[in-house]
Amino acid sequence: MNSGHDLGGMHGFGPIGFEANEPAFHFDWERKAFSLTLAIGATGIWNIDASRYARESLNPAEYLSSSYYQIWLAGLIKLLEERDIVSGDEMAGAAPERRVELTRILEAKDVAKVLSSGGSTKRETSSEPAFAIGDKVRVKNRHPQSHTRMPRYLRGHTGTIAASHGAFVLPDTNARGEGEQPEPCYGVRFEATELWGEDGDPKQAVYADLWESYLERV
Amino acid sequence: MSDHSHDHDHSHLTNTELRVRALESILVEKGYVDPEALNLLVDTYEKKVGPKNGARVVAKAWSDSEFLDWLRRDASAAIGSLGYTGRQGEDMIVKENTPAIHNMVVCTLCSCYPWPVLGLPPVWYKSAPYRSRAVNDPRGVLSEFGVTLPEDTEIRVWDSTAELRYLVIPMRLEGTDGMNEDDLAALVTRDSMIGTGLALDPGEARKQGLLA
Repeated sequence: MNSGHDLGGMHGFGPIGFEANEPAFHFDWERKAFSLTLAIGATGIWNIDASRYARESLNPAEYLSSSYYQIWLAGLIKLLEERDIVSGDEMAGAAPERRVELTRILEAKDVAKVLSSGGSTKRETSSEPAFAIGDKVRVKNRHPQSHTRMPRYLRGHTGTIAASHGAFVLPDTNARGEGEQPEPCYGVRFEATELWGEDGDPKQAVYADLWESYLERV
Repeated sequence: MSDHSHDHDHSHLTNTELRVRALESILVEKGYVDPEALNLLVDTYEKKVGPKNGARVVAKAWSDSEFLDWLRRDASAAIGSLGYTGRQGEDMIVKENTPAIHNMVVCTLCSCYPWPVLGLPPVWYKSAPYRSRAVNDPRGVLSEFGVTLPEDTEIRVWDSTAELRYLVIPMRLEGTDGMNEDDLAALVTRDSMIGTGLALDPGEARKQGLLA
């Protein structure tokens, strides 16, 4: 979706703020927003693409004026309410009532194992990749209204296949609950002058990892 | 803004704090989350996993050409052999900086970052100024980090749009011959592994108290 999260190439956000010896969390509520998101995510009730979709579905004005963990919190509450795991009434103070059974609750004893094993989205597939290293490709000019990992600043631009990563779960369908539909994913090189015209630095390139259906042969 | 969490007085809590508190109590009461698991999740990324892990990977890559070859062929396995595996680092790629090529990592769409080797990303990495400008003005971004590269050095910006996670191997500086892996690791900063910084020279590391 063309929303407030897709920031590549925008201007006007000001200097990059640094903080020396920055802590992992600045406020206790950030610890909670982080750990609740991971713990509920570990139940498997939704996938990482659905989480990203929920966050980027925030009104762009709200997205851009929220802190990082405020965005996480808003995304988490949206997903929980959509699935009736938590209701708006409960958030407003009504007595909690368990309406949905979650079978895979993350218990303390399993935390280390769950984090260290992770969950690769790489998949075995028998289909051959359509593109080979060195092929010229163009990112399709598409504007899906739901989740995609095809940034706006690359659409319509031509690049060169630089790496073939194997097949990965397609975020576009996975975010909507339409299945993993794994596809070959490629590292694609774009010259900065291709992306930014005469404002591009001739000694710069951008590489992005893009799924096969995002690309067309030139 | 300060962090008020006094149980006896809600009047100082922000709206965000109140929502988090309400959400946590609902989820705990319904039995959907284990409070002790929440503590362990936080503890892991606050105390255990961080850029020291990545610095070990880089120091070993600098010292051991077989390990470097392994990183080039299969970074996930090579990094995993040091015990750094899992969430947000399942499929790893390393990029080596050279005098001719400088690599820098961003996620323009969200905040993708290799957690097992670098921990959780700093606020600037997740924020609009870096995410917007890294791809079209990397030299300007680097100058804000105090890094100026030769004009003929090519800058490659890696936008983490898929589930591949990138670790930059910074250049090993002169004057580090004969140093052991522990001392080399002290030269490897978090930013040098994102590509927004360079490795420290030993004199600078001593001045900062990072190296004996």
